[in-house]
Amino acid sequence: MAPETLQPRTDSALPEQAMAPQPWRIRSVRPDVASNEVFSWTLYPEPGVEPGPLPTPGQFNMLYLFGVGEVPISVSAITADGGIVHTTRAVGSVTRAMQELGPGAVVGLRGPFGTAWPLEQARGRDLVLVAGGIGLAPLRPVIHAALQRRADFGRVVVCYGARAPGDMIFRDELDAWAARGDLDLRVTVDRGTAAWRGDVGVVTQLIDRGGFDRRNTLAMVCGPEVMMRFAASSLERRGLKPEDIFVSMERNMRCAVGFCGHCQIGSQFVCRDGPVFPYPVMEPAFRIREL
Amino acid sequence: MHVIAPQAVDTLIRLLAGDGYEVVGPTRRDGAIVYDRVQGLDDLPAGWGDEHAPGHYRLRERGDGALFGYVVGPHSWKKYLFPPQETLFRLTRQPDGSFVTEPGEFEARPRAFIGMRACELAAISVQDRVFLGQAVQDRGYAARRRDVFMVAAHCAEPGGTCFCASMDTGPRAREGFDLALTEVVDGATHFLVVEAGSEAGHAMLDRLEPRPATDTEQAAAERVWAEAPGKMGRQMPGDAREVLNRAFEHPRWEETAERCLSCSNCTLVCPTCFCSQVEEVPDLEGQRTERVRRWDSCFNQEHSHLVGGAHRDSVAARYRQWITHKLATWHDQFDTSGCVGCGRCITWCPVGIDITEEVTAVRRDPEGRA
Repeated sequence: MAPETLQPRTDSALPEQAMAPQPWRIRSVRPDVASNEVFSWTLYPEPGVEPGPLPTPGQFNMLYLFGVGEVPISVSAITADGGIVHTTRAVGSVTRAMQELGPGAVVGLRGPFGTAWPLEQARGRDLVLVAGGIGLAPLRPVIHAALQRRADFGRVVVCYGARAPGDMIFRDELDAWAARGDLDLRVTVDRGTAAWRGDVGVVTQLIDRGGFDRRNTLAMVCGPEVMMRFAASSLERRGLKPEDIFVSMERNMRCAVGFCGHCQIGSQFVCRDGPVFPYPVMEPAFRIREL
Repeated sequence: MHVIAPQAVDTLIRLLAGDGYEVVGPTRRDGAIVYDRVQGLDDLPAGWGDEHAPGHYRLRERGDGALFGYVVGPHSWKKYLFPPQETLFRLTRQPDGSFVTEPGEFEARPRAFIGMRACELAAISVQDRVFLGQAVQDRGYAARRRDVFMVAAHCAEPGGTCFCASMDTGPRAREGFDLALTEVVDGATHFLVVEAGSEAGHAMLDRLEPRPATDTEQAAAERVWAEAPGKMGRQMPGDAREVLNRAFEHPRWEETAERCLSCSNCTLVCPTCFCSQVEEVPDLEGQRTERVRRWDSCFNQEHSHLVGGAHRDSVAARYRQWITHKLATWHDQFDTSGCVGCGRCITWCPVGIDITEEVTAVRRDPEGRA
């Protein structure tokens, strides 16, 4: 007997080829830290590839290396001519192999997947972005979008924490942001160097300096879980409501469409229902070990 | 209501095969009732029953000719709709460094399933929601699911690890079948009462040339339906979802983890578990490669792999994930329980961990003080 007619969910209808890696070519590769551990690719679809919708800040793509495997990588920028920038840290077998590729190489891409940062919800309000380490990458397109339509927002505060000055990503851009009068960039490192003249310490101390309207602020947080947990507490202490805090989660996303089961946190599929979640939805994940 | 003789099941199998269906059904192999191709009545496990207890499964001779006198074996129909291994894509390198992606040639022949239990029909409707009810439909599942002729066999003698009555999925199949059989075996009396559940079922029933059931035969079938629920060895508390949603930090999970081998048997025999992983299988020359999907299990450490190590590193966390998903968070995700009460996870657990006993224990002592 045929199944009762089940309609795919229409709220986020994806094309059937959402499962099939499509060829995209690397136009440029940019190492983002001195160690080369972090690098950014700008990708363009090969002729004949029908690219999906442009990713919204916060979404991710599945990047695939022929003969090696597939990994979820967040989108760190979109160029004016439709190139998609992915920033990757080489830490596993796939990402280390990816690191070996140069301009002109072809990789697989499918996506975009997942939820986006709620930028519209921040319109007319102060915007606080808190990033730890490579967690700045998924927030970078938010900064780009906010600067493009700067008048839509009140104060824009970016708090960025890295392990050491040499681990900070997007250094040129950080310098450019720091020079602007319409963006309040605060940077700290866990361990300084002799040359470092900036803050040393955890990112929460940057939040604790305030400088945003506690009653009218939306916060977006991305970084290691322990950092997100403490950042959320700091933001709450400054008077933000939990539902005005958003976090981006990392789990073992493999299929990206809710089939494979690996990325579950409680009732949430991170690939399908996230990676961006309102903090109250993820609060148990920060509180309960190994959830 | 109609009646057919046992021999008519042979006719049914042959008619379905003649209509182009690959007919699969229960058969006895390696000391178990498994699902495989059947060509006629002789392939069915006539006269065989099975004993079920935690970590215990044995076939036994019934001393009668019952065709469907067993409960369920280690197989479920899942293996046909969501195969244990499947090539999703084949990719070929192009001279310019690019590649071409082609879908795997998933096989999607029409199949007839003979002897489906009510819990198994329920399990398929659970997997339908996973593979057909999300933003993307699984191509292979959708194709294989489209043309299945389903012959249910209502459970007459549920087993020692069964609890479908408390999951409200059986033991009598209510819907989703084309034909449903109620087998009545009593001394020299042996017949099957047949109901049709679809147009295709009605058409097939006519071809079996059944005769109307007598009052006595109908009463015998009704007795089977009435008595079966009382023969289940297990019961799931009705508030399992609420119990587990409050029990994330319960000390019970640490105790269960001392017994649990994290072997994944429970997830492999489960008719609803859907976790899978995709492996890259390249050829030696690096010109062709395949994306091969295989069943995975939340009991494998790799399942929750993250850069810093497995997120669910402890067995306690993995067991909690499995049982909580099955009975609680599945409701949030797919608007149904992920458990249908078939009891396979209890029977095939090498150390006999019992999902109903786990929920009952947590329920009895919600704070974990005892």
